[in-house]
Amino acid sequence: MANLQNNRRGRRKILRTVLIYFATIIAVIFFIFPIYWLIATSLKTRAQAFSTPPLFVWEPTVRNFIDIFLKRQTEIEAITGQELELATGAETFFYNSFIVTFSSIAIATVIGVLAAYSFSRYQPHGTNTLMFFILSTRMLPAIVVAIPIYFFYRSLGLYNTHIGLVLLYTMFNLPFAVWMMKSFFDEVPRDIEQAALVDGSNPIKVFYKIALPQVLVGLGATIGFLIINVWNEFLFALLLTERATRTVPVMIAGTRGEVGINWGLIAAIETLYILPALVLIFVLQRFLLRGMTFGTVRGAK
Amino acid sequence: MTSQPDTGSRILKIFPIILIFPAVALVVFLVIFPLIWALGLSFYSYNVLRGEPPIFVGVENYYRLLNSLDVWRRFVLTGQFVFYSVSIEFLLGFGLAHLFYNQFRGRRLAITLVTTPLLVAPVAVGIFHRYLFDATFGIYSYIAQLLTGQSVRILSQHPMFAIVFMDVWQWSPFMMLFILAGLEAIPKHMLESSEIDRLSPLAKFRYIVWPTIKPLVALALLFRTMDAFRTFDTIFTLTGGGPGTATEVLSIQIYRTAFQFFRTGEATALAFIFLVIILLLTNIYLRLARRE
Repeated sequence: MANLQNNRRGRRKILRTVLIYFATIIAVIFFIFPIYWLIATSLKTRAQAFSTPPLFVWEPTVRNFIDIFLKRQTEIEAITGQELELATGAETFFYNSFIVTFSSIAIATVIGVLAAYSFSRYQPHGTNTLMFFILSTRMLPAIVVAIPIYFFYRSLGLYNTHIGLVLLYTMFNLPFAVWMMKSFFDEVPRDIEQAALVDGSNPIKVFYKIALPQVLVGLGATIGFLIINVWNEFLFALLLTERATRTVPVMIAGTRGEVGINWGLIAAIETLYILPALVLIFVLQRFLLRGMTFGTVRGAK
Repeated sequence: MTSQPDTGSRILKIFPIILIFPAVALVVFLVIFPLIWALGLSFYSYNVLRGEPPIFVGVENYYRLLNSLDVWRRFVLTGQFVFYSVSIEFLLGFGLAHLFYNQFRGRRLAITLVTTPLLVAPVAVGIFHRYLFDATFGIYSYIAQLLTGQSVRILSQHPMFAIVFMDVWQWSPFMMLFILAGLEAIPKHMLESSEIDRLSPLAKFRYIVWPTIKPLVALALLFRTMDAFRTFDTIFTLTGGGPGTATEVLSIQIYRTAFQFFRTGEATALAFIFLVIILLLTNIYLRLARRE
């Protein structure tokens, strides 16, 4: 009797496990498939990318990844007679994206960490108001600020410059840096710092010798999210750059109107472009929820 | 504090303010200042292409926009997009969260893979979905053809479906993360006692699960609603608002008014109407966040 019941329970458990795995596999396929297909397409020749029905088995080629950097001559599209030079010379765009991302994150991190530390430890007058004010700037739809900034940049000579984009990205990522870093500072007990201050230590030294080392992991996570934010930004880059300062997303979006573009080339550029995200998702997994809510929701572990 | 030397306490007093200053200054310079300028411009008739100085027209821009059938149609369109996307994302996220609440081998990896779309650049998502949805070479069209037996041109026949599908693909994991965090916050002893009391699954959900995850669900819905309202990059790169104006949500309409037709005054007025909606949503969010 008992044996039979055990048996039945065991079978139900197995069935449950099978169902769980089945659902998990379906879910993973659904969310990973477009990314897989993107990478797969980047390894196809032009003809293979244009095959109907779509090719599932083919001999992969890395030619696209070489072509996007090295091929200079324009390709004449057979049907439309259009000149296609868009998907080549990608290094300029990657260089621009890299410079802008790196500089703006360096500045935003420094300014943001300082402000976050001050808000967390000293809580000067109006901390709450200022914090919510800073947060609310992030809720602004980019398009609302884009119009005035476009005209300012034109008249100030910041249009089509690296500095202009860097300034803008610094500003747009400050709220994130401040809120995120504050949430990490808030988690560290302040006893040691207080003791040091009472002993008459220099507050600047207390900051970088005692407080900062304790939030290094948080600082890393914050920088990771900042990289994604800046690297992915599109609207301002679209409005404020021309060929010399154009970043990768603008270049990719520029391929939209074309007829008969070589999807293999586009996919190769996109693959390189989303590579940081594919790496960072593993690194930032623990902090994903916190990062997407400005540190307001910590999440379970 | 009083025992400290004078200079030390003075440093301590201005030190926090020095730390904050650069952050606040930048925000004022690049957000507040332009916003005020734009608010002013929204009361003018101004077209860059005409090259004439702006003419003051008072609230005419707002009056005309709010009375325009076209603008109301975009409001409805944007609302539809937000409603469809957010509700499907919620349902899917809810299901995924319950799936990953189970402990099994490979769970961590599965969660990581499922959340990958969250970090992928919207522009890459939009452009690549053009290829996936392409009427001739797109694999999604191919699958649709296998399922329905006829060739479907998704982007031209069902553009709304395409943009909602894309948004659901990218953002369902976001909902999943919130709800999963809520589920994991349920005290284990409560679940165990519900087993002992033989609570029906429905009652268990209603009295134990729901009260714990409710605040997180509310936050997730608000975050998603606000972000969906602002969606620009993905729709702009997938459909460009087309075909015609079939997927021209508010943010794209503002973009087109300002940078394709250069009716700057009108565009800023529309942007401010948009802003008011977002501010209302933000307000609700902040209230909820403070209560947390």
